[in-house]
Amino acid sequence: MHELSIIASLFEIMEEKAREKDAKKITFVKLQVGKLSGVVSEFLFTAFDVYKKDTIAKDALLEIKEVPLKIQCQKCGKNMIKKDFIFMCTFCGSQDLKTLSGTELLLEKMELEL
Amino acid sequence: MYNLPSGFNRNMSKKEILVLEDILGSNKKIASEIRSKLTQQGILAVNLMSSPGAGKTSLLECIAEHLSPAYKMAVIEGDIETERDAERIKAKGIPAWQIVTGGACHLEAKMIGRLFSEIPSDLDFLFIENVGNLVCPASYDLGEHLRCVLLSVPEGDDKPKKYPKAFTTSDCLILTKTDLLPIMPFDYHQAQKEALELNPKLTVFMTSALKDSGVTELVEFIIGTQQKLLRHNA
Repeated sequence: MHELSIIASLFEIMEEKAREKDAKKITFVKLQVGKLSGVVSEFLFTAFDVYKKDTIAKDALLEIKEVPLKIQCQKCGKNMIKKDFIFMCTFCGSQDLKTLSGTELLLEKMELEL
Repeated sequence: MYNLPSGFNRNMSKKEILVLEDILGSNKKIASEIRSKLTQQGILAVNLMSSPGAGKTSLLECIAEHLSPAYKMAVIEGDIETERDAERIKAKGIPAWQIVTGGACHLEAKMIGRLFSEIPSDLDFLFIENVGNLVCPASYDLGEHLRCVLLSVPEGDDKPKKYPKAFTTSDCLILTKTDLLPIMPFDYHQAQKEALELNPKLTVFMTSALKDSGVTELVEFIIGTQQKLLRHNA
């Protein structure tokens, strides 16, 4: 359960961006959470709602886009989505793979009230 | 004219801004700074992660016996409460610092950063024993060069797939308490297979700190990794 720590780091970025733009409020926040980010979206929602009270984002809505684990085989060149996290090419069995997405934990965008 | 609801600000405007920033970016930045300072000093940092009771401290005590007196090591201990682990390490004559997180389930790079000025620059190895937890520590880079996940025989051979992130982000899998293999239904082939399916790059060690078995191979690997670091610096 490190989701509250993640949300605390998120708010540092959100508040800094809001200050830069001289915003009165943050009304909407969208995150990208990789399936292999080690973070549970459900807990992020809970932590966000607890943390936002008495902040510039107290009325903000949170949206989370879950990003599947996508890998590219370096041998046969094919891309694939892995639900089981088994790092083996579905097509040729190679283990020489590159992770394209699915480990990210990003603040994608937010909506400010100026 | 419309009747606007009270409190409505006519000048209010909304703006969407694209950020695309890594939420853990500041932790990663601090971790990179720590790693490069340690690299310059020729100190290899090893982050040990596992569930509570997998035997991290016992393994460190055993590693200390192997490294002494030829190599200098120090240990940073992370725990939610108590200084017990640091005291165990200090009893071996090894410098140790305890980070008491007071409830936090993992260490973060800034916690290591705060201790940095106290770490002697003539060390060969800095071991960081993370808070016992197979989930949360995996998300935080601490500036280590080697990340090791420990899995003890009593925990069961089905753990890698249940806690994938700890295994996918590690360099080594250290099976611990292998002295219990004869009396436990633990299939170490299965445990290794599961872990290697998640991360084919894992180097696997079978150890028992109690019987001092398999620790020699692990220590040789760690020394070899530090030598690569020194060659890289040269």
